[in-house]
Amino acid sequence: MGKMAAPVRCVARRILRDCTRKVNVLSTNQATKSIYPANIIVCRFHSNDSEGKSTHFGYETVPEGEKAERVYKVFESVAQKYDVMNDAMSLGIHRIWKDTLLHIMNPLPGTRLLDTAGGTGDISKRFLDYTRSQHERQQRRGVRSQQTLSWQEISNDYSHNDEQGPVESTAVVCDINKEMLKVGKDKAENTGYSSGLSWVVGDAEELPFADDHFDVYTIAFGIRNVTHIEQALEEALRVLKPGGRFMCLEFSKVSNPLLSRLYDAYSFQMIPVMGEVIAGDWKSYQYLVESIRNFPDQETFKGMIEDAGFFRVQYFNLTGGVVAIHSGFKL
Amino acid sequence: MFRISTCGVLPNVLVICNGMTVGAAPFRQQHSSPLESQYDRLYPGHIPTNPIQKALLAVGSGLAALQNPYRHDMVAVLGETTGHLALVRLRDQMKNDPEGSTILRERPRIRLSTLDLAHMATLPDGSFGREYLRFLEENRVTPDSRADVKFVDNEELAYVIQRYREVHDLLHTLLGMPTNMLEVAVKWFEAAQTGLPMCVLGATLGPLRLSSSRLQTLATSLGPWALRSGRRARCVLSIFYERRWDQSLEELREELDIEPPPLVVTATKEKAAANAETELVS
Repeated sequence: MGKMAAPVRCVARRILRDCTRKVNVLSTNQATKSIYPANIIVCRFHSNDSEGKSTHFGYETVPEGEKAERVYKVFESVAQKYDVMNDAMSLGIHRIWKDTLLHIMNPLPGTRLLDTAGGTGDISKRFLDYTRSQHERQQRRGVRSQQTLSWQEISNDYSHNDEQGPVESTAVVCDINKEMLKVGKDKAENTGYSSGLSWVVGDAEELPFADDHFDVYTIAFGIRNVTHIEQALEEALRVLKPGGRFMCLEFSKVSNPLLSRLYDAYSFQMIPVMGEVIAGDWKSYQYLVESIRNFPDQETFKGMIEDAGFFRVQYFNLTGGVVAIHSGFKL
Repeated sequence: MFRISTCGVLPNVLVICNGMTVGAAPFRQQHSSPLESQYDRLYPGHIPTNPIQKALLAVGSGLAALQNPYRHDMVAVLGETTGHLALVRLRDQMKNDPEGSTILRERPRIRLSTLDLAHMATLPDGSFGREYLRFLEENRVTPDSRADVKFVDNEELAYVIQRYREVHDLLHTLLGMPTNMLEVAVKWFEAAQTGLPMCVLGATLGPLRLSSSRLQTLATSLGPWALRSGRRARCVLSIFYERRWDQSLEELREELDIEPPPLVVTATKEKAAANAETELVS
């Protein structure tokens, strides 16, 4: 929330960055390449206080301090039907997108994951499944390569059998919205994922974790709802260990014009209707499709991630650009 | 039902633009000006939709209502998206009636806050107000449970359908039917009177859920009575009920040209017999 005081270090960094960026914007505009495309409305005034600033909430312009509250209300009302709606709107394809994120991440057992804006915990559950199956694969490979195990290895196996693997890989689901976390926690308990998961309430712009703590940071379909995306990126940099990976799965721009028109028609005609019929909430889903249009495209977002201090930033388009996975490393 | 009221979050910022008819949905529309929202343009709660969206809503809400009849909001949406012609006809009927045009001008709303329940309890038995109160108590309903209008793109028609929803309970009193299977009888009356597609749908699908004995009652006595009365009676939306609490029920029925109900049913007797019957209210 804009009303909360950011840590002094973040503020100082942000002021420095803003000063340097204003210069960049001026110079690159003249060079015909702008950092932000024209349809993003982020007003930057010379004073750095947030009262004068406004930002976009879907196609509405709202004061910055209000956006977080309104986003909170949106997700509070959609939480119960969130997963049903995801399946209906994406025709189940969102599962493939999330699986692809995990495949690109390719985590090894023992990885510590921070799933920001994790909400109902889809990514974390897939992460635990993936690391567990990786662990089993490692064990099988180990057994295959050595026909006869030494007595030491056998005794290790007996003592560590249930503790390693499933407990070593941990996932922390962090979300600003308590309703979403509640739904996620109930779902996890019902499907049998109790160990290795923690549920934390936190703001992506100000994470309640120490520096250099996590191996992988993911944010799936969450970053477009954050008021200050740069701050969320900086926080991601802070909590990652050196060598840690930042991954973002988000809706992005479709480059193919025919697909883009079909996608727009589907988004604006069908999705709010589905929201009204299935969840009884037109306005939240109208906000959803508008917020997708307001998010920067693949290259711009890549630039933002690089500005935050990540290296080797790359993106992968899925479903023709409907979603994109951005990835970067902290070195 | 999940709703957001954006009015609550941005108190003085929304400007309601009157008389604007909204056409197509925003395709790649740039940001709206800071003071104008795409919602609440014609009336509070208004969501503008284009014909494609209305068609999809009608189909979707119809299926949802069929699948789960307790989704009253879906029945409401079905009524709003399919009822345009019938609403225009109703509105014109109201305009031609002197009392109806008063209602269209003054726009009364039937809510708990506007009803003086204490006064109504003191009225004599047999008066409209007292019977209405008895109906509310026996069936344990409240006039505040009606959904708000969202998808009607004309401010006056939105009021007409809102009035229809609020008058529905009063209709129960007028017809002497409690809120269970005899709801179907009320629906038949409404279908004959208003011609709203949602009422017609409810009238045709309602009997499917009845037991055979009731179906017989419906076919022989209640049904024909409801249809006859519905066709003959004066438009029920044109009556200024709020000023007629003292009037005796019999007199009101005569004035409206509604025959007295063929059988007297009380809620308690029916409640014992009825189970899992749906209340098809909009």
